[in-house]
Amino acid sequence: MEIAFYLAAIVAVAATARVISCANAVHALLYLIVSLLSVAIVFYTLGAPFAAALEVIVYAGAIMVLFVFVIMMLNLNQETVARERSWLAPRVWIGPGVLGVVLIGVLAVALASGGSMGNVDSTPLMAERIGMTMFGPYVLIVELAAFVLLGALVVAAHLGRDDRDVAEEKRVAAARGRRHPGGEQ
Amino acid sequence: MFGFSTDTLIDFAFTAFETIAILLAVVIAAALLIWVERRLLGVWQDRYGPNRVGPFGILQVAADMIKIFFKEDWIPPFADKAVFVIAPAIIMFTTLMAFAVVPFTETIGVVDLNIGILFVLAMSSLGVYSVILAGWSSDNKYALLGGMRTAAQMISYEVFMGLSLLGVVLLAGSFDLRAIVESQAGMWNVIPQFPAFVIFFIAGIAEIHRAPFDLPEAEQELTAGYHTEYSGMKFGMFFVGEYLGIVLISCLTTVLFFGGWLGPILPGFVWFALKAGFFICFFVLLRAATVRPRYDQLMAFGWKILLPIALVNVAITGAVVVAMA
Amino acid sequence: MLSVLRTIWMTLMHTFRKRDTVLYPEEKPYLPPRYRGRIVLTRDPDGAERCVACNLCSVACPVDCISVVKAEDESGRWYPETFRINFSRCIYCGYCEEACPTYAIQLTPDFEMGEFDRQNMVYEKSDLTISGVGKRPGYNFYRVAGMAVGGKDKGEAENEAAPIDVKTLLP
Ligand code: SF4
Ligand code: SF4
Repeated sequence: MEIAFYLAAIVAVAATARVISCANAVHALLYLIVSLLSVAIVFYTLGAPFAAALEVIVYAGAIMVLFVFVIMMLNLNQETVARERSWLAPRVWIGPGVLGVVLIGVLAVALASGGSMGNVDSTPLMAERIGMTMFGPYVLIVELAAFVLLGALVVAAHLGRDDRDVAEEKRVAAARGRRHPGGEQ
Repeated sequence: MFGFSTDTLIDFAFTAFETIAILLAVVIAAALLIWVERRLLGVWQDRYGPNRVGPFGILQVAADMIKIFFKEDWIPPFADKAVFVIAPAIIMFTTLMAFAVVPFTETIGVVDLNIGILFVLAMSSLGVYSVILAGWSSDNKYALLGGMRTAAQMISYEVFMGLSLLGVVLLAGSFDLRAIVESQAGMWNVIPQFPAFVIFFIAGIAEIHRAPFDLPEAEQELTAGYHTEYSGMKFGMFFVGEYLGIVLISCLTTVLFFGGWLGPILPGFVWFALKAGFFICFFVLLRAATVRPRYDQLMAFGWKILLPIALVNVAITGAVVVAMA
Repeated sequence: MLSVLRTIWMTLMHTFRKRDTVLYPEEKPYLPPRYRGRIVLTRDPDGAERCVACNLCSVACPVDCISVVKAEDESGRWYPETFRINFSRCIYCGYCEEACPTYAIQLTPDFEMGEFDRQNMVYEKSDLTISGVGKRPGYNFYRVAGMAVGGKDKGEAENEAAPIDVKTLLP
């Protein structure tokens, strides 16, 4: 298990590095997916199979698909790749890079001085306990998250709706004496 | 860490053997399906189907394989080579991986994962990439349209698939597929969870984009959809991947709703094969009988009909389970 | 939704229908005599070739696959010296048969003429000529046509009046 943990961790870090340095957007996304998958394996080896499965289903399987979907529609070509590459000049990344290194240094010091590493091979944390925690002590946060998501849903439905089209369709359908075609089959 | 005892070694060897055997069996079943499907379509369209090569034409599979091996394996110069090559491998890989958690009998089965169902869902959600990436990397309008359709279709139907399975999970109290089968000893899940079964099966068809939900490869509109540019062995992988998907959904339906290997008199494996075989034939029947819905109809059907039913089903099942407890 | 279930049920019921397929090489389908297949050159009831090398078939052919070279025997009868049909071009339209004034060229209900070498699809006169009358028994062009030919003068053909003597005023 430990070997799996470290291998997955290395893969995750390497893939994430490629996400940043890759000039082709779709390739970068693929690396990001690989990175998410290896994080899922890390979760699994740490004894959280439920979180691992959700990571794959929700992040790698659904959210990233939408990312790929959008990027696919952008019709990126060689020019964009070249532009991306020009943005990867040291002049551009050296500043953020230094800041990042500082942050990592702080994190390393903090971990070394007190934080304990997750213990590999602990008892698996299954859905039941997660559910108990989520709907017990953290129920308020869950409800708030649900509110936010519901709000997003309503907004999306509102934005996605095209009143003019619907009216037009209704008129045509009425003129032909048929049912509204947007309805069920 | 490297101090293996002989017992672990034997265990390991046995598991490896079992894994390979199951893998082979599944792939061979999928390959034979090519023949089964064509023969069955023949029966339902009042014709014969392949009946020349070998007894009843069963060696047609071998002939097709040889043909596909010797075809030119062409990568279009405008394609994104790396992604183009990886894409067909993904669907084979994810589908085969999903078989790992399927319990075939009391003893046969690669692993009993405590997140079995979630693992299957995870693998099927990763399978989307195969089609999307194939469509994108081909740099072809038809392929891209196919890929986009897949993205929307598979993400949507994954939701209904997951929701429909929640009822089963609630009844069994576990994500482990083996535990789910064992929980059906008294009554198959299909009786208390009939709506869930219907939704799961419909979502399953959409997940592996089989007719009637084969919009990503709708020949009449998109030539061959996402695999327009594929040829030779790479196309063969998509082809076999589709049949693997059929086998997978049939096996899962058997396990989740029809009591897996459970059944009187006959040994467990026979029961499993019979049940799964029935659903495989049903897949072919659906292809022979139904017409492809329009894209907006497909989406509307999912979100406006399947989703509410699935949610109501989860709510009712949850209430009943709580009331009984 | 119900209609979908009904369709599925009806398709399932096709399991018990008779199959429409004819298993071809074992079971040959019946082909009517007017089927348009391999072309033959027939003979008249006397056993002489019917073709008079008029080239009408060659002209009628939409893909130009017939080539005829005319020759004349000592009795004044025309006959084809070469008669060549390139079956790899022929589309079996039957126009040649319609154009032929002597019923010499006829299409037959035989279509099994696959070859590995394309050159073998070019049929010469000897390959085309058969010894029978084909679809037109009893028809002999030279016996009904008004042309004078060895052993038969003008006016001696069937249903033909003797030629009018234009040099006399008698009716
Ligand atoms: S086959 Fe008929 S049409 Fe052709 S050259 Fe001979 S007589 Fe004329
Ligand atoms: S059948 Fe048609 S194509 Fe063939 S030789 Fe006769 S005229 Fe030409």
